[in-house]
Amino acid sequence: MNLGVILLILLFYLRRPMGPIEVSAEWKRIINGGMIAAFVLWAFSNSGIPIISQVALFLNFGLGALIVYLTLRNPELQHRKGMIYAWLPLMGLIVIQEFLELISPSFFNSIEVYHSTATFFAIVWAVVMWINNTKQRKALEQERLKTLQKEREYKVTEALKAQLEKQVQERTKEITQKKNELEKALQELKSAQDQLIHSEKMASLGELTAGIAHEIQNPLNFVNNFSEVSAELIDEAKEELDSGNQEDAKEILEDLKANLQKILHHGKRADSIVKGMLLHSRSNSGQKEKSDINALTDEYLRLSYHGLRAKDKSFTADFKIELDENVEPVEIVPGDIGRVLLNLINNGFYAADEKKKELEKAGQTDFMPTVWVKTQKIQNGVKITVRDNGNGIPDEIKSKIFQPFFTTKPTGKGTGLGLSMSYDIITNGHGGDLKVKSKPGEFTEFEIIIPQTTKS
Amino acid sequence: MKILIVDDEKDVELLFRQKFRKEVKSGVLELAFAFSGEEALKVLDSEHPPKVVYVFSDINMPGMSGLELLNQVKSHFPEIQVSMISAYGDSQNYEKAMQSGAKEFFTKPIDFESLKVEVNKLIESQK
Repeated sequence: MNLGVILLILLFYLRRPMGPIEVSAEWKRIINGGMIAAFVLWAFSNSGIPIISQVALFLNFGLGALIVYLTLRNPELQHRKGMIYAWLPLMGLIVIQEFLELISPSFFNSIEVYHSTATFFAIVWAVVMWINNTKQRKALEQERLKTLQKEREYKVTEALKAQLEKQVQERTKEITQKKNELEKALQELKSAQDQLIHSEKMASLGELTAGIAHEIQNPLNFVNNFSEVSAELIDEAKEELDSGNQEDAKEILEDLKANLQKILHHGKRADSIVKGMLLHSRSNSGQKEKSDINALTDEYLRLSYHGLRAKDKSFTADFKIELDENVEPVEIVPGDIGRVLLNLINNGFYAADEKKKELEKAGQTDFMPTVWVKTQKIQNGVKITVRDNGNGIPDEIKSKIFQPFFTTKPTGKGTGLGLSMSYDIITNGHGGDLKVKSKPGEFTEFEIIIPQTTKS
Repeated sequence: MKILIVDDEKDVELLFRQKFRKEVKSGVLELAFAFSGEEALKVLDSEHPPKVVYVFSDINMPGMSGLELLNQVKSHFPEIQVSMISAYGDSQNYEKAMQSGAKEFFTKPIDFESLKVEVNKLIESQK
């Protein structure tokens, strides 16, 4: 084996990339130079020209030493260390052989057997190392492929991530937009509801107006009449005094005093009706205050009756009121409870009147539409019952009557909000309960329960 | 001479008693009161023949209305005169009352001067 050939093989492999590792362009140039030098030195050392072939041989040793040194020490070439270790024993043996053949061929001949054995092992070593290096190189190559694969996967993942992020952003935008739209719709619904509640209040105020006019007119008439008659009585009293009838004059004065009390009473009555009307029309729910349930019930029964009466001249009905003296003042919003009472009582009169009209068509005229209103003290509160002898509520719609917009009245006659608002006022507004009992064809009875201590 | 006044407002009694104070005192007039149509019929039915010769009735009352009372009185006691007093002076009520045989139709607030004229005519005719 010739050293020059080994050097050429070493340089050739140094130049080639190993797995992912590749030497720089500069090193490649240096290695190219090295290969040319090795080739030239090899050619000269085999030329057989005395002196020159010897010099070339020694230079070849130097070049070999340089390659081994650089490969083992330079960081850029260290990956080829394994190759150097594989060839190093063989190179060493060749150097020893050449060197000995040059200075003492007889000595070399005496150890040639050992040298040959060593060369054999060196070759075996080189082959084993070569196989081992190849394995390592393949492993490295696989590593490189794996890395590449991972990089590709990473890139794909990144692209997917970016796409997902974009989609998420789009969806978020869509959802935000939807949310805003829904919020707007909710807002619109809320204001529509407020408007409906307001118009329902106004509608019931309209129903009330006629009743209120009648209710105010009555006390005003009394105020006027009692004032008038009092003026007359004063003249009469003067006449009696002139004619010396002291007793009669005193009697007239007593009457006058009573009249003034009556004027005050009816003035206050008108005053409270006007206040009640204002309370009713107020659009925000008023403050809770201790109220006389009996007085309120009586007032709204009258307002309802006279209101209907004034609107429809042919309307005739009877009402009975039964007030429990033991009912204590209850914390309520008077306007709200008044609205509930008005609504239930109006419904009662309406139902009873409808039945009357039906019976009249059938030739029966002895039916008297009647509404019964009753207050009753119960444990921790008050119960108000409103009952009518109308046609009752069929079982199939009983569950619907408290739903907003449910009405059996002809279009334009009812908003369908009366009972649902009443239910809301009693349950949510006053922590009470509103129940209905009915027997179709016979009666309907609403029961309002208001607890004494309402949760606010 | 006895007249019956029907109104669900109880203070009407005091007012009438003061307005016709002299007439009542001198004995030419006797006043009776009822606060519903049903009560009025009971009062009329309590004496046979009834002393009441004239009924003044409100129209707007719970239960039996004044117009129904008018019909009842006219069918049971045709000799008794009935005049209506109403807060609602509309033509519908007026026509109904007149068709049913009411003598006069007064609107509230009551004009006691015209009422007195009516009562005095009655007193004159009774003499």
